[in-house]
Amino acid sequence: MDSVKIKAIDREGVEHTIEAPVDMNLNLMEALKGSGLDVKATCGGMALCSTCHVYILTSHNLPEPSDDEEDMLDSAFLVEDNSRLGCQLRIESDMDGMVVQLAPDGD
Amino acid sequence: MIKTDILIIGAGPTGLFTVFEAGLLRLRCHLIDSLPQAGGQLAEIYPKKPIYDIPGMPSVLAGDLVDGLMKQAAPFKPGFTLGERAETLEKTEEGHFLVTTNKGTVHSAPVVAIAGGLGSFEPRKPPLVNIADFEDKGVSYMIKDPEDYRNKRVVIAGGGDSALDWTIYLADVASEVTLVHRREGFRAAVDSVEKARALDKEGKIRLLTSAQVTGLSGNGRLQSVLINHKKKGGIELETDFFIPLFGLIPKLGPIADWGLDIKDNAIRVDTFDYSTNVPGIYAIGDINTYPGKLKLILCGFHEATLMCQSAYKSINPDKKVSFKYTTVSGIEGF
Ligand SMILES: Cc1cc2nc3c(=O)[nH]c(=O)nc-3n(C[C@H](O)[C@H](O)[C@H](O)COP(=O)(O)OP(=O)(O)OC[C@H]3O[C@@H](n4cnc5c(N)ncnc54)[C@H](O)[C@@H]3O)c2cc1C
Ligand code: FES
Repeated sequence: MDSVKIKAIDREGVEHTIEAPVDMNLNLMEALKGSGLDVKATCGGMALCSTCHVYILTSHNLPEPSDDEEDMLDSAFLVEDNSRLGCQLRIESDMDGMVVQLAPDGD
Repeated sequence: MIKTDILIIGAGPTGLFTVFEAGLLRLRCHLIDSLPQAGGQLAEIYPKKPIYDIPGMPSVLAGDLVDGLMKQAAPFKPGFTLGERAETLEKTEEGHFLVTTNKGTVHSAPVVAIAGGLGSFEPRKPPLVNIADFEDKGVSYMIKDPEDYRNKRVVIAGGGDSALDWTIYLADVASEVTLVHRREGFRAAVDSVEKARALDKEGKIRLLTSAQVTGLSGNGRLQSVLINHKKKGGIELETDFFIPLFGLIPKLGPIADWGLDIKDNAIRVDTFDYSTNVPGIYAIGDINTYPGKLKLILCGFHEATLMCQSAYKSINPDKKVSFKYTTVSGIEGF
């Protein structure tokens, strides 16, 4: 099975290495949540809640955010140029070695 | 005081269908929800999305399903306390439950059904370190009375409809209104965006786009907000009020303190009748947990149906439930 390794930094600054299969149509939110990281994902991955907001710390080539993703990022906090909604990023083989950080989620 | 047979906390799909099932058993219901409208997640998060797994409905818009549930419940004349959060629960000597909301409305019922979903929808609070220090001292997460802002300086943050609508409204009320938004584009309705841009041109409001509020400062009361602008860098803006409008998020909230058996933000129940560890209190829909639990609308419907049978027996210990199909009994409202 093909899989990629992604490094995820949680809100306490702790690094986790997660391994995600590329052939299961998973998205980054599901991979993070599945590895026990604290991602609420209230909307289940429909770009309707922004609780899966992450920063991409490496210069991996990712598809541009859709209008829906941009719109939903408006309700996230401390949005940066490298902000993405994890649920809108499909796990692909070229994500290997990517480093992501969970954005602060307020409360 | 509002009196009813089954007091339902949460007017999502599960709570609404409970009204129907209880009604068939001649039990009256009253619902409390912190949202101003019924429908729970369906109304608040995805009213325009189609749902494909409601039995017998190959596709139904979430908003339409809520309308249907409201119509189905209507003959049984449910009462509603909307826009209020159920805050405290106590038991009286007669064994009834008293549930009081954050606005002080008191409800009394022999049975409480918690259909609170993922929790009470509450405004999202920005993760700014000292924000709690300024709550009600310059920071508010919603606008209750616009008059509070008359002739004051207000900074609003957000890019959705409520941020724009309030910015436009307060243009004539406040002495100064600044809307801070992270990018140039807005997701709000086109005509409000145009209106806000026009007001900005006329100098009646200030639109600070490509900017975000990153800090607050003050001495006991909010005095200024720190803004990070993409091009101009850090800006400190003096203000009397800061109103972040970033939508709502469900939080378990006060239910956590009602003495119920809670695991991972959900209430443990017995799948026999979805009763909790407190006799007379049931938990149904997304808010409960048991082995094999699935957070689906149809599961909430099933749980509500079985729960009503048990509630009937607890309210009428001497009577037998006579089970009838609706095709046989029809719908006899109150
Ligand atoms: C984007 C999205 C898509 C979905 N798609 C599907 C699908 O296709 N099929 C499916 O079956 N399910 C789907 N779901 C899940 C479905 O919406 C939930 O299972 C359903 O809403 C649960 O209903 P409920 O009535 O139990 O809770 P909710 O809908 O969450 O309603 C609970 C209500 O209780 C209120 N409340 C809670 N605590 C308090 C309190 N203390 N005081 C006052 N009010 C309170 C809340 O404000 C809320 O309105 C989806 C969910 C989302 C977010
Ligand atoms: S999970 Fe809700 S926006 Fe990604």
